[in-house]
Amino acid sequence: MTPMQRGTRIAGIGAFLVVVFIAVPMAIAAAHRTDLYYTLSSVALLSIASGGVWLTFYIGRINIGQGAFALVGGYVSAILVTAYGLSFWLSLPLAGLFCAAASVLVGLPILRLRGVYFAMVTLVLTEVARLSALALSVTNGAKGITSIPAPGPIGLFGLTIVPAFDTFAERNVAFYFLSVTVMALCFAGLWRLVNSRVGRLFAALRQNEDLASSMGLNVPALRVLAYAISSFLGGVGGAIFVAIAQSIYPSSFTVNDSVNFMLNCFLGGLGYVFGPMLGTLVLYFGWDLLFQTGQYQLLIYSGVMILLILLLPNGLFSLRLPSRRSS
Amino acid sequence: MEQVIANGLYLGAQYALIALGLTLIFALMNVLNFAHGQMYVLGGFVTYEVYGLLHWPFVVALVASALTLAVLGALIERFLFRTVIKRSEREESTMLLAAGVAYFLDAAILLLFGEKQRGVHKILNGVFIWDNLILPWDRILVAGLAILFIVAFILMMQFTKPGRAMRALAQDRVAAQLMGVPVAFYGLIGFALGAMLAGLVGGLLVTITGVNSGIGGPISIKAFMMVMIGGAGVVGGAIAGGFILGMLESVGLTVLHAYGDITYLAIFVALMIFLAIRPNGLMGKPWG
Repeated sequence: MTPMQRGTRIAGIGAFLVVVFIAVPMAIAAAHRTDLYYTLSSVALLSIASGGVWLTFYIGRINIGQGAFALVGGYVSAILVTAYGLSFWLSLPLAGLFCAAASVLVGLPILRLRGVYFAMVTLVLTEVARLSALALSVTNGAKGITSIPAPGPIGLFGLTIVPAFDTFAERNVAFYFLSVTVMALCFAGLWRLVNSRVGRLFAALRQNEDLASSMGLNVPALRVLAYAISSFLGGVGGAIFVAIAQSIYPSSFTVNDSVNFMLNCFLGGLGYVFGPMLGTLVLYFGWDLLFQTGQYQLLIYSGVMILLILLLPNGLFSLRLPSRRSS
Repeated sequence: MEQVIANGLYLGAQYALIALGLTLIFALMNVLNFAHGQMYVLGGFVTYEVYGLLHWPFVVALVASALTLAVLGALIERFLFRTVIKRSEREESTMLLAAGVAYFLDAAILLLFGEKQRGVHKILNGVFIWDNLILPWDRILVAGLAILFIVAFILMMQFTKPGRAMRALAQDRVAAQLMGVPVAFYGLIGFALGAMLAGLVGGLLVTITGVNSGIGGPISIKAFMMVMIGGAGVVGGAIAGGFILGMLESVGLTVLHAYGDITYLAIFVALMIFLAIRPNGLMGKPWG
């Protein structure tokens, strides 16, 4: 990498952080649109989950099952907080780890499937998660889990680092900063991962698993690793989402959400780490903006989507950044 | 028990016909048609309009359903899928397109036909009773028609020129092209045929279960499951998958009734275990 490229990259990251942490809150304050905090938190969380889906695309698998892990992560966090009185902050990594562990169990057999089979079985997985949540007693069936307390304070050596969310005048401001911080961390991690040795191995899996195997790579272990990281992201995103909504139902994440996570990745472009973020932002706001069109909302939305895929089948990022293709 | 098996066969015949269309499109175009359930719903509504509202003969309504969907399928293939397959770097992009088409049809159906559950008057009255087996005549007729269509489809694939061309296309696209098969044309025909089958089942089933605009997605998921059980892209597999799912559903609803609404959960879990042992389904061929 030349020094100039490095300079551009650092400037890009700096600009992104400034926009997300300073410019957006200032703009919202200036426009008196505090409701946007909730919308933008949702975008951040959905893009975390989409980032996980993107990673499974990166190893050459079409994953339509992220809704399952978002739901499981949400339930784990909700149950730990309400039934066991655990702090939200502790339940968040636990939800992610639980999803990762579950995905290892599920992934070992189903990652042997390729192409459309994997896509279809992950789609079924979303339905399994929803039906299990309905049937089990720990998830309280169709009634779901409601009035989940807001996250409490984090203290270190008697010093309050993060105050309890209830003390904020506008709870959603706190959730906004939480969501975008986690999003920035997740995508930084994802970017680092893709550009590491393991990332190269993942890319090798996408191009040809048999060839990669003949080079001495432990293909099944790498596949499961990628899937576990992907599900971890799904679980974390789901857990924070549940904390914002303060409730979770079996229908909180459905097949539609799973398909949307996949669409976010497609729209942003599968060759770009930050594609899912852009894709989520565009799809979510596109949907919101079309709200005024009333009954024609879905018709226009899907029509635009079809047009986009016709004109830009390789994602939005392929428009402006042809030289940064990572594949 | 006879009742359960008869219900399973009746369901299976419908399901097999749905799965056939999906697997045909997949085999020819390598496209997973997310919009298959929506095409089924559209077929149901066309029959509802023609037979239920206009009171024209049922056969006319079925033909109208089939024709509408065939034309729609041909248009979708010609103007959407063909373009995207040509321009896209990764073939997964067709899935995005298919999902977009599914949403679009969902929205269009909702706008055109409303969100109400629609049914039509019975095509046949009376009930067939034999020992402790009870089946309404219209169900028997619908199941019989479905089996007739399946047989006709198989005969067409086996013995006619378009059928042979489509089988060649499914086996090896490049080789078929080199042998002088007009690949693009038969891709179009295949897509239209697959969509037509979905429309036909929709038209058949509207006489029994009715139709509403929200069932497209769940029907697609069921169709995916049948294709997975039998093996994607294989005609025999789709038929087997359809009958197996119909039977599982019928038996499951009876046996597991006491434990609450867990039939589908059980079927899903069984399917995942089955696929772990046999990743390509019953008859599917492995591919990368």
